[in-house]
Amino acid sequence: MSTETTIAPIKVREPREPLFSTRNKKLINDPLNNSNPITVQVLGICSALAVTVQMKPSIVMALSVMVVTAFSNLVISAIRNIIPDRIRIIVQLTIVAALVILVDQVLKAFVYDVSKQLSVFVGLIITNCIVMGRLEAFAMGNKPWPSFLDGIGNGLGYGLILVLVSAVREFFGSGKLMGFQLVPDAFYKMGYFNNGFVILPPMALILVGIIIWIQRSRNPKLIEPN
Amino acid sequence: MEHVNIFIKAVFIENMIFAYFLGMCSYLAISKTVKNAVGLGSAVIFVLAVSVPVCYLMENYLLKAGALSWLSKDYANLDLSFLSFIMYIAVIAAITQLVEMAVEKFAPALYMALGIFLPLIAVNCSILGGALFMQEREYASLGEATVFGLGSGVGWFIAIVAISAIREKIRYSNVPGPLRGLGIAFILTGLMGIAFMSFMGIKI
Repeated sequence: MSTETTIAPIKVREPREPLFSTRNKKLINDPLNNSNPITVQVLGICSALAVTVQMKPSIVMALSVMVVTAFSNLVISAIRNIIPDRIRIIVQLTIVAALVILVDQVLKAFVYDVSKQLSVFVGLIITNCIVMGRLEAFAMGNKPWPSFLDGIGNGLGYGLILVLVSAVREFFGSGKLMGFQLVPDAFYKMGYFNNGFVILPPMALILVGIIIWIQRSRNPKLIEPN
Repeated sequence: MEHVNIFIKAVFIENMIFAYFLGMCSYLAISKTVKNAVGLGSAVIFVLAVSVPVCYLMENYLLKAGALSWLSKDYANLDLSFLSFIMYIAVIAAITQLVEMAVEKFAPALYMALGIFLPLIAVNCSILGGALFMQEREYASLGEATVFGLGSGVGWFIAIVAISAIREKIRYSNVPGPLRGLGIAFILTGLMGIAFMSFMGIKI
């Protein structure tokens, strides 16, 4: 998968800054490949599939999830030592919900049509398992800066799958990418048809299944025992 | 009659899993055996059937534009609907906690059977999704909202029990290595979703 291009800008700044040490870079790199939140950790599948009919909403969705994951990781990690253990879920949910309300209001203000298209799925970022999963698994036991990077990395990994699936679905389903028509009209005149099947919701699941198949055959370590 | 329509629509046509993919995380994680799937499915039915009507009441008497006018005329033009996410998730977390305590007290056997799944329901997207769909579709009465919650829960139950039965059987099949487990579960859910799409033609 073409992961290298997405993380190139960070590598450039890396050498002199201890903020991006090898360990911290790994936090961003790993979720893009071997510990991808969707295909390996099985987190955040709910929203990943419903918004991927077109590329634009899925990119907006991926960015929103990345922002929420990164900042909730940062906040929770900063106050992790003063959260009473028994009520931590409620504290986490409250902070995540507040961040999601912010994101929702920003989307409504600047990209209203996309926000209408995403409908309830923006709200569902609150219960997105990526956010809760990373809070529990990483932010509760690590310092704020690595937690922030971990949130960015997992948001990127989630976005990568979303963009892949939505690109396939939009290209084969309506002959477009990002709303621009790619399949020339001449093709349609010769009898080419858009594949309406790809737009149907179940196809997203099958596409993710195929992505998992490709990823695991490239990396046999991930294969589950029967 | 309207109630029956809403119920059938929620169970089959707008099935939480096959039409909206809500609650997929626990659906994939807990569907390895039928026994666990039945336990989690019943808990989800219960929580959905309780939390959707409660959220309906909150929406109509607290959050919606003009909903506070029963309190005093001064509040008639208040619109608190931007707070709905935080209110709904608080309600759902509280109800899950209540349900957990009630089940522990009155049905200890069931509590033991459900185990960890009960608290997990608070972060199951299908519950918050049910509440948000209820808000978006503006059901006319409390009864309709309750039936919608119950129907969504039953639809989720059917989906998770069906996939767990298939996954129990498929363990004995010769699935290609890289597809084993998660991959084949995704593809199976996709195929089941296609089957469920045949209900879409029904107009009620």
